[in-house]
Amino acid sequence: MKKITWALVAAVVTLVISVGFAQASTKEEVQKRGVFQCGVSTGLPGFSIADEKGVWAGIDVDVCKAIAAATLGDATKIKFVPLNAKERFTALQSGEIDALVRGTTWTLTRDSSLGLNFTGVNYYDGQGFMVSKKLGVKSALELDGAAVCIQSGTTSELNLADYFKENKMTYKAVVFDTHDATAAAFDNGRCDVLTSDQSQLYGLRTHLSKPEEAIVLPEVISKEPLGPVVRQGDDAWFNIVKWSLNAMIEAEELGVTKANVDEMKANSKSPAVRRLLGLEGIAGKGLGLNNDWAYQIIKQVGNYGEIFERNVGTGSPLNIARGLNALWSKGGIMYAPPVR
Amino acid sequence: MSNSSQKQSWWNNARYRSLFFQVLLVGMLVGFFWFIGSNTLANLDKRGISTGFGFLSLKAGFGILQSLIPFSEADSFGRTFLVGLLNTLLVSVLGIFFATIIGFTIGVARLSNNWLISKLAGVYVEMFRNIPLLLQIFFWYFAVLRALPSPKQSWKAADLAFLNIRGMYLPRPVFGDSFSFVAWTFVLAIVATLFIRRWARKRQDDTGQQFNLWGTGIGLIVALPLLVYFVVGSPLSWDIPKLQGFNFRGGVTVIPELTALLVALSVYTATFIAEAVRSGILAVNSGQTEAASALGLHKNKVLKLVVIPQAMRVIIPQLTSQYLNLVKNSSLATAIGYPDLVAVFAGTTLNQTGQAIEIIAMTMGVYLFISLTISGVMNWYNKKIMLVER
Amino acid sequence: MTVHVTSPSPSLPPPSSSVGVVGWLRKNLFSSVVNSIFTLAGLYLLYTLVPPAVNWALFQADWIGTTRDACTSDGACWVFVGVRIKQFLFGFYPPSEYWRVVTAFSLIGLLVAWLLIDRTPKKSLVGAFTIFCYPVIAYFLFYGGAFGLPVVETYKWGGLMLTLILATTGMFFSFPIGIVLALGRRSSMPIAKSISVVFIEFWRGVPLITVLFMSSVMLPMFIPENMQIDKLLRAMIGIIFFQSAYMAEVVRGGLQAIPRGQNEAAEALGLSYWKSTGLIVLPQALKLVIPGIVNTFIALFKDTTLVLIIGLFDLLAVVQAAFADPKWLGFSVEGYVFVASVYWVSCFSMSRYSQHLEKKLHTGHAR
Repeated sequence: MKKITWALVAAVVTLVISVGFAQASTKEEVQKRGVFQCGVSTGLPGFSIADEKGVWAGIDVDVCKAIAAATLGDATKIKFVPLNAKERFTALQSGEIDALVRGTTWTLTRDSSLGLNFTGVNYYDGQGFMVSKKLGVKSALELDGAAVCIQSGTTSELNLADYFKENKMTYKAVVFDTHDATAAAFDNGRCDVLTSDQSQLYGLRTHLSKPEEAIVLPEVISKEPLGPVVRQGDDAWFNIVKWSLNAMIEAEELGVTKANVDEMKANSKSPAVRRLLGLEGIAGKGLGLNNDWAYQIIKQVGNYGEIFERNVGTGSPLNIARGLNALWSKGGIMYAPPVR
Repeated sequence: MSNSSQKQSWWNNARYRSLFFQVLLVGMLVGFFWFIGSNTLANLDKRGISTGFGFLSLKAGFGILQSLIPFSEADSFGRTFLVGLLNTLLVSVLGIFFATIIGFTIGVARLSNNWLISKLAGVYVEMFRNIPLLLQIFFWYFAVLRALPSPKQSWKAADLAFLNIRGMYLPRPVFGDSFSFVAWTFVLAIVATLFIRRWARKRQDDTGQQFNLWGTGIGLIVALPLLVYFVVGSPLSWDIPKLQGFNFRGGVTVIPELTALLVALSVYTATFIAEAVRSGILAVNSGQTEAASALGLHKNKVLKLVVIPQAMRVIIPQLTSQYLNLVKNSSLATAIGYPDLVAVFAGTTLNQTGQAIEIIAMTMGVYLFISLTISGVMNWYNKKIMLVER
Repeated sequence: MTVHVTSPSPSLPPPSSSVGVVGWLRKNLFSSVVNSIFTLAGLYLLYTLVPPAVNWALFQADWIGTTRDACTSDGACWVFVGVRIKQFLFGFYPPSEYWRVVTAFSLIGLLVAWLLIDRTPKKSLVGAFTIFCYPVIAYFLFYGGAFGLPVVETYKWGGLMLTLILATTGMFFSFPIGIVLALGRRSSMPIAKSISVVFIEFWRGVPLITVLFMSSVMLPMFIPENMQIDKLLRAMIGIIFFQSAYMAEVVRGGLQAIPRGQNEAAEALGLSYWKSTGLIVLPQALKLVIPGIVNTFIALFKDTTLVLIIGLFDLLAVVQAAFADPKWLGFSVEGYVFVASVYWVSCFSMSRYSQHLEKKLHTGHAR
């Protein structure tokens, strides 16, 4: 009987304190655990969504994979934690996740008052409107008096109010907790307009019963730089997440792809490529990672252009043009500091 | 300890033991709260989250679908609390009203001597109380209401009221200045009727003469204000909803979120009320009914004077707890976007300010206050009717 | 002498209109004009509701297939449920490990059946096993991490499995806490009493959803910074506290029903407080409140759907998430009906069982 009691006590203790005593350094904690915990959305096509088998895919998911590849050398060692807009910051603050890659807009308030740090931008977005073609609306300025479906807990809610006020229009906001509920209500005809970040609009459109009958209006009413977020006060980890993203952008600029990375590693004479792949220069030392950290990212995940095309680009159901997200050298604003 | 009269050692003394135990309990409690408090302060400090209730006066900057008091984006977070609270109260009051009506009807129907009706009522009760409320809310909102037409194909009643997927649009009364006369007359008429009723009862007790209270009451309460209404020049007009642009404007809008929530809440709670009513009526001894009939009381009077007053003693406590459940369940509004206290204040406001502790505490405080008040009133009422019994 | 044999003439049969089918109909359906109107209205209601519903759900429904193309008729498309049934039952639990979940649930089903069915031997042993060993076994089966079972993180748990886990853990832990609180509320120690009263009234006074919000948003603030609690566990803690308060009230009802004499007699025998409570009062009280416990379990079982609001994937949440699959749009009614029938069958059978118990126990305590 005593044994049983002890076994019970042990089980309860493990249950109650299923703790990772997170150490000061997230990087060491991740490496010790062997798993990188990445906060993603509960399901947004093109960004982070799980299929029937529970396999995650999307541009945000690929950023998670890149971080795992750099830190652990294996892009599959990830625990994806689906979060809704409300709980995402708490999850990061409390250490439930190591990084948040969930289409989170970089703003002054969030960067300065939530104890968080934004590490960069993996998608330049802006808030837009989606309407039914039948409505016959060509511009957002014709939306006076419209009913607008929107997800709660987002910057979109505030932008929406600002935009309609500025243009002296009225609206009715119908607010839901999740993307799914918002899209379902729009599909049912509860609202005239669905507003969200433009990229999400394209994703949500694929969830409508008649996607071809909805159009995204040209107006972009806000700047929404979306990027990975980490806890404040852990600079080593901040650097790793920041440079995992930068390495992918740099790789695209240098023409290093998933397919040719081995060949480049063997044959390339370009100093920039050799530095990126860890053959020359400071390599991974400053980050506290292996020298081939960037090679692993490109080999296992791909460069930025590849993940963009694969998940949201013209080759995907979302069919979004590169636009602002093209490299700076090709008319966009994607720009990585040099890897040297 | 062979001698039982020997003095007990102090640790076996019940008084000391209970004292020791209680001191221990207090110590644990204080320790627990100190632990939580110090952790919270440390965490808030570390994460740079602001504290205090200063946020209540900041500008909210977002819109709310339905508000009973004027609200715009320029108003404060504090006002979002009020708007949410009022919306919660609105859906609760309406829900209680409909649930009571449906519940009493079904409860009585279950006891009907008509086999079919009592079985149908039984099916209703078993069906709706065994399905989670949240599921019912989703069902009404996402599956049933989607069948409603778009604004341009609205169902209409004489071009005055309209029904479509965006809601129900009804004419809104616009009161003129002199309408207050009518309102005051109405209030006075009710007070007067109450006095007349007291007088009539006393007279009946004294002399046995009955007084036609119904006629007098209706005359006072309906006809008199009507008369005043026409005398002061019909100070009432109607604001009729009109289709402008995409949606109807003007009039009163009943948003579909409210409808779905209301239907689900009343249908669900009504099943429990029906059971309370049934058990209450069954609890009245059949001898009571028989005795009353033997006295020659008419069937209606038996119900009114003998059965219902006794059944109410059983029904009312259960009824109150169901009302409380309904108020608490109205918080499920957040799942379908009805702007109640939880959706607006513990939802959007919480997200925009990040001050979880203050906001959740305020929200819980409101529900706690409502619960404790109602159960306090209930206990008082219970005691009162208990005294009548003895 | 003539003897008059006066035997009563045999009773006449009742009029044909008051016996048999006709009599039953007259008595139960058409006893008065009003009743007849009600009956006809009821029949009309049945006629308008039942045949279309049955047609939709059964006769015109599509049952077999793997894609939405299989759904050609006007009725329900149960193919949608069929294709995703594994996800509805197990969430994202790895299919190779399904046997663990099945084993754990079969085991508890067996144990509970053993305890509930009359005349099974060794009840106390099985009871002790259920209380002390089963939770450990279930923990390792679900979570793994020992005996060569791979760990399955809680975020992969979902569907009906999660619903059941939440409801049973909530019940299991709230039961002892509820008993302690109920005893505390009836205690003569003022401090213990007031703490219990405050605890009970607080949790009973707030909606479960705010409790869940609190456990998901505020709990992380309450614990030391370097410690973290799993999201599922946080929800469980909230549910356990909430449920304990309700359980305490049910147990208190049972305690109040036990005559004071029992307690006084136990004291007169020289039993201590704990002995008289544990051996005399509680066993009687708990036996009385079994129906009440079943009823709170039903309520809890239905209430677990609320966890979808804090982002856990219970049965309802998993089914709702499936509505968003572009390949299967427009089958929300089927999904809701499926979930509703799962809940309905479970809750209805449990409530029937509780009514049966009530009747059984009532005869023993008729006063």
